[in-house]
Amino acid sequence: MNNWFIRFLTSSVGKKLLMALTGLFLILFLVVHLSGNLQLLHNDGGKSFNIYAEFMSTNVFIQTISKLNFTFILLHVLLSLYLTIQNRRARGGKRYAVTSGKSSVWASRNMGILGTLVLIFLVVHLRHFYGEMHFGSVPTVNYDGKEVRNLAAVVDYWFSKDWYVALYVFCMGALGFHLWHGFVSAFQTLGLNHPKYNGLIFFVGKAFAVIVPALFAYIPIAMYFNL
Amino acid sequence: MKLTLKIWRQKGPNEKGEFKTYVHDKVSPDMSFLEMLDVLNTELIKKGEEPVHFDHDCREGICGMCSLYINGRPHGPLQTTTCQLHMRSFKDGETITIEPWRAKPFPVIKDLVVDRSAFDRIQQAGGYISVNTGAAPDANEIPIPKKIADEAMDAATCIGCGACVAACKNASAMLFVAAKVSHLALLPQGHAERKERVERMVAQMDAEGFGACTNTRACEAECPKGISVAHIARLNREYYNAMLTSYELPSKAGGDG
Amino acid sequence: MTLDSKIPDGPLAEKWTRHKFNLKLVNPANKRKYDIIVVGTGLAGASAAASLAELGYNVKTFCFQDSPRRAHSIAAQGGINAAKNYQNDGDSVYRLFYDTIKGGDYRAREANVYRLAEVSVNIIDQCVAQGVPFAREYGGLLANRSFGGAQVSRTFYARGQTGQQLLLGAYSAMNRQIAAGKVKSYPRTEMLDVVVVDGRARGIITRDLITGKIEAHSAHAVLLCTGGYGNVFYLSTNAKGSNASAAWRAHKKGALFGNPCFTQIHPTCIPVSGHHQSKLTLMSESLRNDGRVWVPKKPVKGLTARDAAKIPESERDYFLERRYPAFGNLVPRDVASRNAKYVCDEGRGVGPTGLAVFLDFSDAIKRDGKKTIEARYGNLFDMYQQITGDNPYEVPMMIYPAVHYTMGGLWVDYNLMTTIPGLYALGEANFSDHGANRLGASALMQGLADGYFIIPYTIGDYLAGMPYEKISTDRPEFKEAIEQATGRLHRLLSIKGKKTVDEYHRELGMIMWDYCGMSRNEEGLKLAKKKIQELREEFWQNVNVLGSANELNMELEKANRVSDFMELAELMVDDALHRRESCGGHFREESATEDGEARRNDNEFAYVAAWEYKGENQPEVLHKEELKFENVKLTQRSYK
Repeated sequence: MNNWFIRFLTSSVGKKLLMALTGLFLILFLVVHLSGNLQLLHNDGGKSFNIYAEFMSTNVFIQTISKLNFTFILLHVLLSLYLTIQNRRARGGKRYAVTSGKSSVWASRNMGILGTLVLIFLVVHLRHFYGEMHFGSVPTVNYDGKEVRNLAAVVDYWFSKDWYVALYVFCMGALGFHLWHGFVSAFQTLGLNHPKYNGLIFFVGKAFAVIVPALFAYIPIAMYFNL
Repeated sequence: MKLTLKIWRQKGPNEKGEFKTYVHDKVSPDMSFLEMLDVLNTELIKKGEEPVHFDHDCREGICGMCSLYINGRPHGPLQTTTCQLHMRSFKDGETITIEPWRAKPFPVIKDLVVDRSAFDRIQQAGGYISVNTGAAPDANEIPIPKKIADEAMDAATCIGCGACVAACKNASAMLFVAAKVSHLALLPQGHAERKERVERMVAQMDAEGFGACTNTRACEAECPKGISVAHIARLNREYYNAMLTSYELPSKAGGDG
Repeated sequence: MTLDSKIPDGPLAEKWTRHKFNLKLVNPANKRKYDIIVVGTGLAGASAAASLAELGYNVKTFCFQDSPRRAHSIAAQGGINAAKNYQNDGDSVYRLFYDTIKGGDYRAREANVYRLAEVSVNIIDQCVAQGVPFAREYGGLLANRSFGGAQVSRTFYARGQTGQQLLLGAYSAMNRQIAAGKVKSYPRTEMLDVVVVDGRARGIITRDLITGKIEAHSAHAVLLCTGGYGNVFYLSTNAKGSNASAAWRAHKKGALFGNPCFTQIHPTCIPVSGHHQSKLTLMSESLRNDGRVWVPKKPVKGLTARDAAKIPESERDYFLERRYPAFGNLVPRDVASRNAKYVCDEGRGVGPTGLAVFLDFSDAIKRDGKKTIEARYGNLFDMYQQITGDNPYEVPMMIYPAVHYTMGGLWVDYNLMTTIPGLYALGEANFSDHGANRLGASALMQGLADGYFIIPYTIGDYLAGMPYEKISTDRPEFKEAIEQATGRLHRLLSIKGKKTVDEYHRELGMIMWDYCGMSRNEEGLKLAKKKIQELREEFWQNVNVLGSANELNMELEKANRVSDFMELAELMVDDALHRRESCGGHFREESATEDGEARRNDNEFAYVAAWEYKGENQPEVLHKEELKFENVKLTQRSYK
C-alpha cells in the first residue's frame, strides 16, 4: 500500500475521518428527511407530503444524492463493522473481568449496538416506505390533474399499527443516543476542537440529538393517536 | 482494615493465568496502594508463596512505571497513578479486583507486569526533534508565546504509563501519540519535521496493533496527568495536513556514522 | 597508586578550552569502528548515548526499567541552573562557579566546577532546541527563578517537572539514534559486572530481567551513568529500583570510590507514616519561602496537625527563626535538616511517630490570602493532601528530612574516567562537582553537562589510542565474570532463610540513618560498622529469596542490590569515621563550634577521599587527592 491516498484512508485516523464525514452527511440527510416527514402533520389528507414524496423520488438530482446517501450508509456501516472488529482485537485475547464505565458516557461506548438498532430500523423502514415507493405498487391520487402516488396512505397504514409505532419510537431513541455521541465526535475527529467554538458544537450536537429524533418520533405518535 | 483482594496471577508470558483471592488484614488507611501490596508480598514470602509481581519505581507519580487495573479502572478510583493512590480511598471489608493492563500490544509478562515497549517504538518512529548536540542556537532566539509554551507543556507532561490504552474500550493509544505530536507541533522548533513526524508515529501506532479512537474520552478521564483530548483533535489536524500536503517520506534521519 | 586528576594547566577560565584543543581526536570515518556501552539512561546516560551516537560511535544502552524514559532523573522537580544572565541581575559563569564551590563547602575541584558553570549555558540552548517546554514570560522569552537561596535568578524550570522534561528531551534524542540504528537499547536489563581485560574496561555482564538470561557485551569503553546510592538508607526520595550495584561492582573491579560519606538530606519531605513506608516523597523546598517551621516548646505526645491550633503562640518554638535570625526558615538544606532532628531528639517532634516538625502556612495565608498561596503552592498542597489526607490550607503540614542525593561516587579524573582505563562515570554516579553539598537545581545541570558536553570530547582522547579490534566475549575474563555473577545469584536463591530482603534492607537503613545520617559521631559510627558487619553476615545466612533465576524475579533483583548496599554501607561509615570534620552534608559532632554549628577543617581535610577495594573483608585503602584552591578564598559558612 504505497499509494499515499490509500495509506491515508486505511490508517486508523483515516478510517475515522471517513466515519466522521459519512456520519455528518447522514446527519444532513436526517434534516432533509425530517423536513419532508413533517409535511405529514399538515391537516390536508397527506397532499403536501405526497407532492414532496413524488418530487423526491423522481427528481434526477435528488436521486443522484440518494444514491450517494446509500453509498455513505453502506460505507459508514461497513467501516464501523471493520473498526469494531479491529478495536476488539486490539484489546487482546483476555478481556477485563471488571470494568467500571465511570470514565465515559454510555452512548459513546455503545455506538455499535446503537448503530445496529438504527440499521435494523433502516432496513424495515426502507422495505415499507422506500421499497413500496420505488418498487411496489402504491395507489395514486389526483391533485389538480396530476397523478401522484399516495405514500401518505401507506404511512397511515403502518402508523396505525401499535407495534410499528412502538418500534419506530424505540429506534428513534437509539438514533438519539447514536447522535448524542456521534455529532460531537465527528467534529473532534475532523480536528475541530477549540475553546472558541467547542461550546457551540456541544450545544448544537446535543440539541440535535434530542430534537431531531424526537420530532421523527412525534409523527407516528401523533398519527396513531390522531393528535 | 481488612480487604479481600482478587489478583491476576500468571507465571509467564505464555502461561494461562487466573485470579487468586487473598484476604489481607494488615492494611492501614495511610498506606499507598503499592505499600499495601508490599505488605501482602511479605506475608506471601513468609508463607513460601511467590510474591505478586507488579511494576513500580519512583513511587511519586512521575516515572509512569506503575500500572494496575483496579476495580475496573486504570490506577484505581482516583485520577492519579497507582503509587499515589492511598488505602483511605477504599472501605474496610471491600473486595478489590486487580488486573494487568489488557491490550494486545501490551502482552502480560508476569502477574500484573506488562510489556509496554510498543510505546518506545512509537516514540522512536518520530517523537523527537532532529538536533545534534552542539548545533542549537541561543535558547532565547525564538520567542514562544507563553500560552503556546504552556499548552505544549500540558501535552509534554505525559508519563507514558499506558492508562489511556488501558481505559479505552478500543485499546487505542491516540492520547499517548497525540500528546507527543501536539507537544512538538506547537513549538516552533518542532515545525520542520511536523508532517513527517505525525505520519510516521501514526503508522507505527497502527502497526503495533492499537485500536482506533472513538472519542469516548475515557483516556482523558483516566489520564493521571489530565491530558486533554484536544490534543487528539490536533493530532487529527496534523495528520490530515501531513497526508494531503507532504512529500514522500525520506529514509530515516540520524547520525551519519 | 597515585591519583592523577589530569586537571589542565592555565588560568581557570581557559582550562577547558585548552584541554579540548589538546585532546586527541578520532577521525570521523573511524568512529563507527568503536563500540561504547552506556549503563543507565537518566540525564547523564541518555544525553551521552545520544551525543556519542550522533558523532558516529556505536552505542548500546542498558536500563533496568521497562523503558529508558523512566530513569529517576524524571522525578527532579525544581529546575536547572545556568549562567545565562537573561535576567541581567549580575549572574556570570564565574558567579555560578563560585556559588557552587562555596555551596559544596570547598570539597570539589575548582577546574571541574568552573567547566560545569561554563557549559551550563549550552545545556539550556540544547534542551530548548529539542523541544523542552521551559516556563516562559508573556513576551515569549524564558522565565527564571531564584532557587535554594541563590542571590540571582538563574534557574530554568518546567513547572514542577523539570527533570521529567529534560529527561524526555534526552530520551527523544536517544530515540532518534535508535531509529537511525546507532543506538541499541536494552531495557529491563541490569548490569551485573564490569569486565576488565588487560587493565582496561572492555565490557559488561548483564541479566535480562524477563528471561533471567546472563549475557556478555564487549565494547571499547564503558560509561556508568547509574545514579546515586541514597537507597542505602532504605527510605529515601530515590526510586525503589535506584541502586548502587553497577558502581559498586566497578569499585570491586578496581575503580576508586570518592567521598562515599557525602550524602544530602533534604529537609522538606513528607514524614514516615508507619512501618509499611516504602519511600519518601520530597516537597519542593520553595515551601520554606512562606511556611514557618515550628514545634511545641514542651513535648506533646502524638500531637496531630489538626490539634496544632490548640498550641498557643507563646508555647510554639519557631526554632529556625530563633537560632538563625538572618536567614530564618531559609537556611540551607543541611542546617534545616539537622535542626529538625535536634528538636525531635529532644522529644518535641510532632505527629504519631514524633519524627516530624510543623511547616505552617497560616501566617502566610493571613498575610497574602489563600488565593496567592494557592497560586504559589497549589500543586504541592494537593500532592500533600493526597498522600497524608490533611489539608495544608487548614492545618499545618508536617515535614521531616529525608535522604535525597549522594555527592559521593566513583572517583573520576577531569575526563570523567575512573581509575580503570576505559571506564567512565557520569552524573550522580561519579563523586562529582558538588563537593560536600549540592546546591538546588545543580544535579540536572551536572548530569547533562557530563553527557552532552564533556564525555563526547574526552572519550575521543582515550579511544584514539585504542585498537579498532573488537574483543570476543568468549575470552576467559568474560567467562569468569559470568560465572561469578551467576554464582552470586544462585547463592542468594539457595539460602532459603527466614527473613525477606526488605526486612534486611530496612534494618540496614535504620543503622545508616541513626549513625551515619544527619549527625555523626565516632562512637556511633564504630557501632554502626559492627552492626553492618553482623547484619551482612546474617543476611547471607538467613535471607529468603523465592523463585528461580530464569524468570522475572523481582525479589532476586532486590536481594542482589541489597547485598551490594550492605558492602557499600560499611565503606560510607569508614569514610565518615575518618573525616573528622564537619563539611556540607557531613556533620561530625566532634567538629562543631561552641553553639553547635559545623566546623570545617581545611588544614587536614581539604582533599577527596578515594577508597580502594582490597578484597572481601579486607579494609579498604584510602588515597587522597589534595584539593588546591587558587581562585577562591575558603570561608566558613554562617547563617546567623
